[in-house]
Amino acid sequence: MANLQAHPAGGERRLPTGRAGRVDRRRVPIGPLEYCRRWWLQLIVGTTFLLLYAPIATLVAFSFNDSRRNIVWRGFTFDYYVKAWNNQSLFDAFVNSLTIAVVSTVVSTILGVLAALLLWRFRFPGKAVYEGFTALPIVIPEICMGVAMMAFFARVGWPTGLPWPLNLSNITISHIAFSFPFVAVIVRGRLIGFNREFEDASKDLGASEWQTLRHVVLPYLRPGVVAGALIAFTLSLDDFVITFFTSGPDTITLPVKIFSMVRFSVTPEVNAASTVLIIITVIATVAATRLQVPTRPDNPGGG
Amino acid sequence: MEQAAPIISIQDVTKRFGAVVAVDDVTLDIRPNEFFALLGPSGCGKTTLLRMLAGFESPGEGTISIGGKDMTDVAPNRRPVNMVFQSYAVFPHMTVFENVAYGLRVVRTPSSEIDSRVREALEMTQLIDFADRKPDQLSGGQRQRVALARALVKRPQVLLLDEPLSALDAKLREAMQLELVRLQNSVGITFIIVTHDQNEALSMADRIAVMEGGKIRQIARPSELYEFPNCRFVADFIGKMNLFEGRIAGRENGKIGVEVAGLGQLWLPADDNGPVPPEAANVGIAVRPEKVRLRREPEADRIALRGKVNQIAYYGDTSHVFVALESGQVLSANLQNDARSAFQSIAVGEDVWCSWDPGDVLVLTT
Repeated sequence: MANLQAHPAGGERRLPTGRAGRVDRRRVPIGPLEYCRRWWLQLIVGTTFLLLYAPIATLVAFSFNDSRRNIVWRGFTFDYYVKAWNNQSLFDAFVNSLTIAVVSTVVSTILGVLAALLLWRFRFPGKAVYEGFTALPIVIPEICMGVAMMAFFARVGWPTGLPWPLNLSNITISHIAFSFPFVAVIVRGRLIGFNREFEDASKDLGASEWQTLRHVVLPYLRPGVVAGALIAFTLSLDDFVITFFTSGPDTITLPVKIFSMVRFSVTPEVNAASTVLIIITVIATVAATRLQVPTRPDNPGGG
Repeated sequence: MEQAAPIISIQDVTKRFGAVVAVDDVTLDIRPNEFFALLGPSGCGKTTLLRMLAGFESPGEGTISIGGKDMTDVAPNRRPVNMVFQSYAVFPHMTVFENVAYGLRVVRTPSSEIDSRVREALEMTQLIDFADRKPDQLSGGQRQRVALARALVKRPQVLLLDEPLSALDAKLREAMQLELVRLQNSVGITFIIVTHDQNEALSMADRIAVMEGGKIRQIARPSELYEFPNCRFVADFIGKMNLFEGRIAGRENGKIGVEVAGLGQLWLPADDNGPVPPEAANVGIAVRPEKVRLRREPEADRIALRGKVNQIAYYGDTSHVFVALESGQVLSANLQNDARSAFQSIAVGEDVWCSWDPGDVLVLTT
């Protein structure tokens, strides 16, 4: 019969332990990049992490510094978070950023999933070109894209001075333009593992195209879609360069606002605002990474 | 012979992919409750034919009717057939129960009926204890039975199976062969299986269609296919075959004489039913290895040839002995190891007589 063994772990083999194994291991020469046994590799990695994270750690730490001038540690306080919260223009910038991020995430996720499905599912003339152009915003330097966006909105005469939140529309459109390719790339990666026979099986069992998309394709894509959406959210929330070129005096986002505040002096208030931005971004990124971890691969055949 | 109306009728179906002809003018009737096998090497068009029955490919020419209705251009979700896929295609995000229920839910079956029918299907495939498992917690054999249950719960008129056993290991495959036949008997619907494994087809099917290059070469019951292949391709593809090329040299009171290079003239009983090959036609002379006997002396009333044992392959229950004939051709003979000492009775390098009954010889004209 087929149900011979049903232990979930299958037959995982243990490595042989004991003296013989240990003696063998000691004789194995150290590989060139064997991290655990090369002290200098560990040193390089340690230094890299220090240089990367020391400034950020300092920034976070000094957001709690009880001092107007951000040089010497004077004591712990939450004052500057309260102050940042009560700073109306900073708060407005924060609300703008969140609004733009939410709208652009929703739209770019839908567009990204559609683009990924289109490129995966169909063959059409000019597909390679289309695929290349879809991926272009990922590689184009942000500054170029920012200038291009600014020129575009000026040329078409995009209305300014609209009531909130419509005045954010040009920034939102720019954000959608650069973040949906990321969603498409992530979702396509997930689609590579999709067995075409799932689709055939669904139709064979009586489902229509729409039912197949809803009950089979999209549930399978969900981790990719969520990860893509979170990436899009993060990209939009902390984008500075492109936003800088498309924002006006009434449409300041948090990164742009922080930049303008830094031009006068780096106060703990700036640190506090930056820390909030970091925390939101980190949470979104961690969640995105978690959701992208592939599910356990199907163990093929056998009992 | 009076036959029930065919459940599936394929008429002059041709399918092209670009310049490649995948299925070439196939006409085939499949009877109700039949276990039918489409057998052939990879690329012979058998899977394409099956996918046309399921509705995933549409034939360029010809018609397909299922249950007496023309289904040539009907979408897969509107056909009274269901399929077990080669990869099983069990939905990874659903439990076993949900997988089996899926085909009922999408056509809005009342939920009380879904429950009872899914349970029935799970019991039939011995999966009832696994109803709440996810596919990644199942073995290959169990996943295959989910695919079976999922198709059978739809109560199709015809079940299509695309290489259903190819992903299983040898022992499990044999067990599943028996189980599929048992299942087919108990549900009483037509099964059409696509396979490249001749043993699978021979042991399971009521009838087999052998395909090559998009064409059907022969349709027959398994024993008929094995003992009376109608062409060199079928003879060689099903089982093993010793094949000699010869020429019709004469005909005498119910026997035909065939001139075979290196073997001389052989007198064979003429087949009364089969086509009579014309004089001087080129024919293939074929004999199965298990019909060949090896002795140290020639035997009377049998076709006997001298040779030297060249190689012996030992398989436990049988040994395959390869004998180099005087003509240089190598003949294979299967010995049953019906006694422990049997395989030792012959050694490499020995001179032997290979012999077989003239009645076991096939004359192949195509």
